[in-house]
Amino acid sequence: MLKLESVSTFYGNIQALKGISLEIKQGEIVTLIGANGAGKSTTLMSVCGVVPPREGKVFFEDRDITGLSSDRIVELGIVQVPEGRRIFPGLTVKENLDMGAYLRKDKPGIAKDFEYVFELFPRLAERRNQAGGTLSGGEQQMLAISRALMGRPKLLLLDEPSLGLAPILVQQIFKIIEQVNRDQKTTIFLVEQNANLALKTAHKGYVMETGRITLSDTAANLLANAEVKRAYLGGH
Amino acid sequence: MDLNYLLQLFISGMTRGSIYALIALGYTMVYGIVQLINFAHGEIYMIGAFTALIVATVLNMTGMPGIAVFAIAMVVAVVYSAAYGFTMEKIAYKPLRNAPRLSALISAIGMSYFLQNYVLLAQTSDFVSFPRLIPKFRFLEGLGGMLSSTQVIIFLVTAVVMVLLTLLIKFTKIGKAMRATAQDKTMALLVGININQVIAVTFVIGSAMAAVGGVLISSHVGQINFYIGFIAGIKAFVAAVLGGIGSIPGAVLGSFVLGLTESFGTGYISSDYEDVFAFIILVLILIFRPSGLLGKSQKEKI
Repeated sequence: MLKLESVSTFYGNIQALKGISLEIKQGEIVTLIGANGAGKSTTLMSVCGVVPPREGKVFFEDRDITGLSSDRIVELGIVQVPEGRRIFPGLTVKENLDMGAYLRKDKPGIAKDFEYVFELFPRLAERRNQAGGTLSGGEQQMLAISRALMGRPKLLLLDEPSLGLAPILVQQIFKIIEQVNRDQKTTIFLVEQNANLALKTAHKGYVMETGRITLSDTAANLLANAEVKRAYLGGH
Repeated sequence: MDLNYLLQLFISGMTRGSIYALIALGYTMVYGIVQLINFAHGEIYMIGAFTALIVATVLNMTGMPGIAVFAIAMVVAVVYSAAYGFTMEKIAYKPLRNAPRLSALISAIGMSYFLQNYVLLAQTSDFVSFPRLIPKFRFLEGLGGMLSSTQVIIFLVTAVVMVLLTLLIKFTKIGKAMRATAQDKTMALLVGININQVIAVTFVIGSAMAAVGGVLISSHVGQINFYIGFIAGIKAFVAAVLGGIGSIPGAVLGSFVLGLTESFGTGYISSDYEDVFAFIILVLILIFRPSGLLGKSQKEKI
């Protein structure tokens, strides 16, 4: 479904991605783990066209999407929940969700998806007229995921959904991620520093180090991999 | 204290304030979305006034009633100025979207000079008189000439424009997209908002409002020249900074505060200092409250 072929991305003269290749199949949950600054977020931003790659190609459903504008990419069905959630602070919960459905015109479908996300997160329904900036961290993460779901993504990119959340909320968010993957058949590309949790949720994983993919395997194999254990799982 | 005089100064201050507000809104909206001070914005106001003058002069020859001429001139001026604003953004600012901010600022100043001199060449450097289009309203006679019919129109039109703008920004899809873009540009991209389109719409709306202001004030003052946009633009900029640049209610509040200050200042102190008050306010606000009356203080990220 999504394929990156030796993608290199730069910020000015600084090369953040050094020719990475990866593939995600329809219906999978794939995770990308790695240390801070390895280039995980840049990978997602390159896919979304916000920081377009300078070299290499990105394919989505066998179509070359390299260099497409970000709104065209969203229209094709790739939606990202960025790191730090990035709720529009001055917009209400309802308006934030409206923005998630910005490119859609099927009113009944949108209404249905409102019901769906309010069912997933009843908290948001209670706070629908509250400004996004006044929500707690956990609620903001719920809103960020819901906003992305409002775009009916075929491929959902999640950047550090566990960041800064209490363990119980992290569990809840990851349950929802699995539920969305199961119910909506949404393919999920999950970037996480919490490697343990990510690998337990995902089917497949990639390990990234300073702009390069250094390992790729099934999630189960990575969990058992001595190298991964030592570097990312805090074990021996 | 002469109460009549005070009231008159108040009305005159509110008149100025209305015009400043119509211009300041364009400054503040553009700043909110692209963090650019569009110094050519005042020129759009001036072009609006000249467009209305040309249309009104032609239509006046047909013997059409003044108020109808006024309405048509207004509509043509708004459309024409909006087209100018749209084109200006595409030519002078869009190519510099990813350039340092200073480049866009210099481009704005260049655009301002270009438009001034273009009108200077195409029209004249002299003041030209703007026809009186709005008839005297009978019901104002009882007030002893304190409130002119043109002022009534200025207040009415400004109020309508502000209500429409509020509705647009609060409830329409493009309005929400404008707010979203102003709050977080990257996230706006990630939900699929076409930022170029939002910026273009912002310039068009801002320019249209400036043109409304230009036409209104011209029919109040009765004469215009190529330079009116510069002074009015600077004053409206001060008003926007006073209210808190980027804040829409702030721009309106700042405009009325500035308009009233100028009016009372000239009335009670000296009319020689008419243009000084705005800059005193600017200096004071920059010293004591740089984020403006309603602006939020920005935390610079390092």
